[in-house]
Amino acid sequence: MSEARETRPMSAKEIKTRAAQWLERQERSDWSEKDRAELDEWLAQSTAHEVAYVRLESAWARTERLVVLRPLLPEQIASPERGGRKRFSPVLIRVAAAFAFVAVLGATSYFMLQPRDRLYSTPVGGRETLSIADGTRIELNTNTVLRARMTTDQRIVWLDRGEAFFQVKHDATHPFIVMIGEHRVTDIGTQFSVRRGSKDVQVAVTQGRVTFDAPGVASQAALLKQGDVAIASAQSMSVTRKSTQALSEELGWRRGLIVFRHTTLADAAAELNRYNRVKLIVIDPVAAKRTIGATFRTSDVELFARVAEVALGLHVTDRGNEIEISH
Amino acid sequence: MADTENSRENVAGKPMTAPETRAWFVREVLPLEAMLVRYLRHNWRDKSDIEDLLQDIYVRVYEAAKKQLPDAAKPFVFTTARNLLINRVRREHVIPIEAVADLDALDIAIDAPGPDRNVIARDELRKLQGALERLPPRCREVVVKRRIEGLSRHEIAIAMGITEDTVSAHLTDGMCALADFLYGGERP
Repeated sequence: MSEARETRPMSAKEIKTRAAQWLERQERSDWSEKDRAELDEWLAQSTAHEVAYVRLESAWARTERLVVLRPLLPEQIASPERGGRKRFSPVLIRVAAAFAFVAVLGATSYFMLQPRDRLYSTPVGGRETLSIADGTRIELNTNTVLRARMTTDQRIVWLDRGEAFFQVKHDATHPFIVMIGEHRVTDIGTQFSVRRGSKDVQVAVTQGRVTFDAPGVASQAALLKQGDVAIASAQSMSVTRKSTQALSEELGWRRGLIVFRHTTLADAAAELNRYNRVKLIVIDPVAAKRTIGATFRTSDVELFARVAEVALGLHVTDRGNEIEISH
Repeated sequence: MADTENSRENVAGKPMTAPETRAWFVREVLPLEAMLVRYLRHNWRDKSDIEDLLQDIYVRVYEAAKKQLPDAAKPFVFTTARNLLINRVRREHVIPIEAVADLDALDIAIDAPGPDRNVIARDELRKLQGALERLPPRCREVVVKRRIEGLSRHEIAIAMGITEDTVSAHLTDGMCALADFLYGGERP
């Protein structure tokens, strides 16, 4: 077994360079199922390839931590009463519920899985990219369940839980539809994200356009354009326009990051808790209203607690599965 | 944090699945690289061989671990290194005196305790910053834009007025150099 290796065609240095090229390619937006298969084949060719790749991958993953070098923004000491979302005043639509809202968002949906359907899911803290045969890419965020039915005449996915980002290969004759309970998003040549919360559904369009149907709230579908973020609850829907910068921060999870700006500690803790088994609990209302501006990796619970302790002067108690933050 | 995921102790002697082998290798073997490189440098005359020797040791350790997990990583890695050097010496009929002489001293080094994990965690950011500062300027700029500012390949190309291929080339160089700094310490 070891003798075959002695006639290797590439030096260790060359193999390392090759492994780095694979790693770099993998981070590009056009990384496909086919690329993945080629990489797997290369890795299977020799243990030297696999070892070089594993080594580089783990070192590169460690450098993610460098993101904390992004300076903490000045609003970390901003006045406590400024809330996270208030900055973006909802301008376009606010419609009272016209009909009783039937679907209970966030409730477990029971469904019959048809043979053509495929079920995808990620655990808490997980993240995964699906490449569909039609060229569409779907990125699943933490704790997400998605069903897909891709046939010759329809393209439908159901977001049963969590959050996903869609880069849809547009096909006018076969619209791509995302169902979130009773809500429906239909693409018109697009990149967009959908997040299913316990009480609302949020749709953010980063490119192109979609229509957003929120039955029970509006009788007509809302047309969302690039930069639009729509939030629909059982009673109302609001649409705000955000800058490219703000949107890309909102979708920081696609790179494993969470960006907080003027975010209250309560909201920030809730956001981090989506990604981690160790939960942050902000005990008293005074601490909960403090605001923070910073970038974290989605797994950085401990760092967050340290920032609360050091930068905000709060009291932090580590109880193993829970970290309590108080004044 | 991420460490806790992998810290389920594997049972020595059992075959491991591919992800388990990877996790074990990253957790137990890669942190030994700086020490291993020092050992190789000390015991091997031709410094241009170090990179290939290191790879061969890793390959042997990795393949052995897939079949059966060694009891303790450190003695296993260094025993593998020693055997490899001895085989090389025999095959090439060149005997670097100090290589043979130092082999017994190795056992003492093996018993020394490994670095404390808490210390590693505390020093991680400083270590990463140090590694970053040692990259060539353009390469560092690309890595900073990717890792700290979170820009895409396309955005970096525009910001720096270079082609996307050049961005990729800087990134791959950066990935290699950072791994060497982070694991190997002083390697060229």
